[in-house]
Amino acid sequence: MTTFTERALEGTGRWLDDRFHSARGVRVLFRKIFPDHWTFLLGEIALYSFIILLLTGTFLTLWFQPSMTEVTYHGSYTHLDGIRMSEAYASTLNISFDVRGGLLMRQIHHWAADLFMAAIFAHMLRIFFTGAYRKPRETNWLIGITMLTLGLLEGLFGYSLPDDLLSGTGIRILEGVLLSIPVVGTYLTFFLFGGLYPGHDIIPRLYIIHVLLIPALLLALISAHLFLMFHQKHTQMPGKGRTNTNVVGAPTYPYFMAKTGAFFLFVFAAVSLAATFVQINPIWLYGPYTPVGISAGSQPDFYMGPLEGMLRMFPSWTWDLAGHTVAWDVFVPALVPLGLLFTGAALWPFLEQWITGDRREHHLLDRPRNAPTRTALGMAAVTFWGVFWLEGANDVIADQLNISLYVTTEISRWAIFIGPVAAYWVTKRICLGLQRKDLHLLEHGVETGIIRQLPSGEYIEETRPVDEEERAVLESRHPAPSLPAGATVAALEEAPVPPAAMRGGMGRVRERLNAVLAESVPTDGHGGGYGEHGNGHGNGHAEHAAISPGDEETGGGATGA
Amino acid sequence: MSDPREPEAPDELPEARAVPRRVIGTPPPAEARRMLADVDGRKAPPAPRWLPADPPDPRRAKKAERLVAALFILSTLAGIGFIAAYVGLQVGSVDSVFRSNLALGLSMSVVFLALAVGAVIWVRHIMPTVELSEDRHPMASTPQERQAFAETFEQGAEASQFVKRPLLRRTLIAATVPALAAPLVLLRDMGPLPGTSLRHTVWRKGMRLLVYGPNTPIRPGDFSSPGQMITVVPDGYQDNQDALAAATAIIIKFAPGVLQPPTVMNWTVDDIVCYSKICTHVGCPAALYEQTTQHILCPCHQSTFDAPRGALVLFGPAPRPLPQLPITTDADGYLVAASDFREPVGPSFWERG
Repeated sequence: MTTFTERALEGTGRWLDDRFHSARGVRVLFRKIFPDHWTFLLGEIALYSFIILLLTGTFLTLWFQPSMTEVTYHGSYTHLDGIRMSEAYASTLNISFDVRGGLLMRQIHHWAADLFMAAIFAHMLRIFFTGAYRKPRETNWLIGITMLTLGLLEGLFGYSLPDDLLSGTGIRILEGVLLSIPVVGTYLTFFLFGGLYPGHDIIPRLYIIHVLLIPALLLALISAHLFLMFHQKHTQMPGKGRTNTNVVGAPTYPYFMAKTGAFFLFVFAAVSLAATFVQINPIWLYGPYTPVGISAGSQPDFYMGPLEGMLRMFPSWTWDLAGHTVAWDVFVPALVPLGLLFTGAALWPFLEQWITGDRREHHLLDRPRNAPTRTALGMAAVTFWGVFWLEGANDVIADQLNISLYVTTEISRWAIFIGPVAAYWVTKRICLGLQRKDLHLLEHGVETGIIRQLPSGEYIEETRPVDEEERAVLESRHPAPSLPAGATVAALEEAPVPPAAMRGGMGRVRERLNAVLAESVPTDGHGGGYGEHGNGHGNGHAEHAAISPGDEETGGGATGA
Repeated sequence: MSDPREPEAPDELPEARAVPRRVIGTPPPAEARRMLADVDGRKAPPAPRWLPADPPDPRRAKKAERLVAALFILSTLAGIGFIAAYVGLQVGSVDSVFRSNLALGLSMSVVFLALAVGAVIWVRHIMPTVELSEDRHPMASTPQERQAFAETFEQGAEASQFVKRPLLRRTLIAATVPALAAPLVLLRDMGPLPGTSLRHTVWRKGMRLLVYGPNTPIRPGDFSSPGQMITVVPDGYQDNQDALAAATAIIIKFAPGVLQPPTVMNWTVDDIVCYSKICTHVGCPAALYEQTTQHILCPCHQSTFDAPRGALVLFGPAPRPLPQLPITTDADGYLVAASDFREPVGPSFWERG
């Protein structure tokens, strides 16, 4: 008698291996170790939402007509009977009311798109705050930012396709933004729209970009993203037995396969539950698009909210110069803040390497508190984004909180500058405080809540020492890297000739930035409440792990944790 | 492809036609069976296992097994329910669509949810617990590998003569420039050139203002009282979206003496003023009118215009007042345009000036 696995191996296994020489490669795949942490699921949510989007999107294309030809509606939704509308809008009504499961698929598609973007944002923040973008994973970070940008466009174009009043207004704003681009804006607009707005070309053009071009790009980038993740092996959170030179976790076969398969089903179930019970984008209530009409409280999907907020917040600055109009009021808010954020995010890994001089590989993740300046910068960026996002809904906020619409905008104009600075400061304090708490736990143990009276009459609270697992996590903080030995201020006072990389203005900037980035509570065991940030040159510098110029040059050797 | 190099698994899988390392008696006919450890009991020392075979707690695993099976059965039933709902529930009205959506969505969610929960319980309580560690190696290749690559690369470069023959190299680069530019040139016919089309709308002298919706002309006397804002469109273009995107306008009637400069008084009729409805910010319809403050508000980005004073910008990102359309009345007493707008309507563009 042969077992099930034997039969599988003799049949399918042999057939495959005879043709693909797959035994060795697949075995490696099966034994691949995946570390576990709940935050590692965020990227998976994005991946699985994308798959759901492909599946439901394909379903929708079977009925959707990407056409702006005007028809008179006589379908099942009687409230719009006899109304003139584009075929795109009419076919979306048809999918919603005359195709069984059509409304469900439309709603799943829309919810999955929102989840896709939300998961990308969350995943990106996780990568940033844990330092997972560091060498050797800078390329994957850049691929991620590219995918985020493509995702924003994909979403915007997708929800514009039904040609309803709400999304049509979004396209109108897109036209205004394109027109504002100096020199080429008018031409770009006429080429995109095939002439005057709205024309008859924009929906078919957005359609092919939405269903073919961007999904194909995303698919290619996702493949590259996953391949690099696989090839470079996944990072891991600090813990017992986890170092910079190992990967601890469960193997792909059968553990990761089963878990990730289940997770795909969870994501699908969550999206389909939302689509069942929570209405999204009821285009039949908005009516067909016309450039004449609009409704109050027009808001884009959440991921476009910051752009909307930027347009609302920016003052009305334009220049009329030598027969030309420079519409600062539109193209600056539409392109600059997002450009700054995305470009800043893309450059950050390389900037951080330059500032710290740290060219080592990093596979063990940072706890956010252990990189206070990075975490604070991240929170400043989140706040920057968040203020714009809130301003994108300022009419709703003003209405709900019963405050003046204009006051919300005035507040946001201040908050966009003050908010990030405050977030930076507060986050840094919290991180440093948490570092002190960690040190305290290591030194004094965990409070048990048991109060004991000593023979002398004194009351004390009993503590227990941290266990091995906790200790491994608490001790995962390493001295922040400082610039090449001999480049610090202290060293310069003794030997006034700094290394080449540290000379001149840029050298000074680099050193200053390094001091800010290296700010941490000293780990010498007595720093708990005293050893402070802010005097990073004195006490602080002694704590930095000096990186020798050798490390910086070769960069190859993975250093043990 | 990376190599895990696990120390606890020294045995390699045999190739399909590889000679077995150890043969006692006649080799079994199916070579693939050698992938399995010790099927017929003739193979001596058992290789150390890679993964444990059994869960730590068999009783708990037994209970979990029953639970998982129940969940999988639930998923099966929900799947059947989904098909039944598809066949049984028709659509075609708002109520029936919502019923169908509920039944299909709920059964579909249960299919996925039951499977997912079942799989998680399976992994957590039925599969044995493992935590394995594999080594990580520096991404950088060894110096030998790099050296070998460098040699291969240089030999290839030399053999190709790419470096030695600048004529070839430069002409090749020259050839790529037009080849890359050509696809861009191909996109030229995506649209006409703007010309001066953004400077004009379809309004002409004598063209009637139609009330948008009923599409009827309007007389000054038709206003029952001051304070209303009415959307008007040019007669003959009420269904032309391209024309309406620029030409849509609003008329507001004021009480006598309220209208002030910079409103052009010659362009008004009986205290009725006509402004472009297209916001000068990014082109949304400035559709909200607050009678008490006499403000026109664009709901997109909240640019606020002062209706009695030439639609001057009071707040928000719009850079210019809404352009005013000169109006008059025709022989029948209906409101008509006296000319096109005297300046471009809508958002800023580079050539606007």
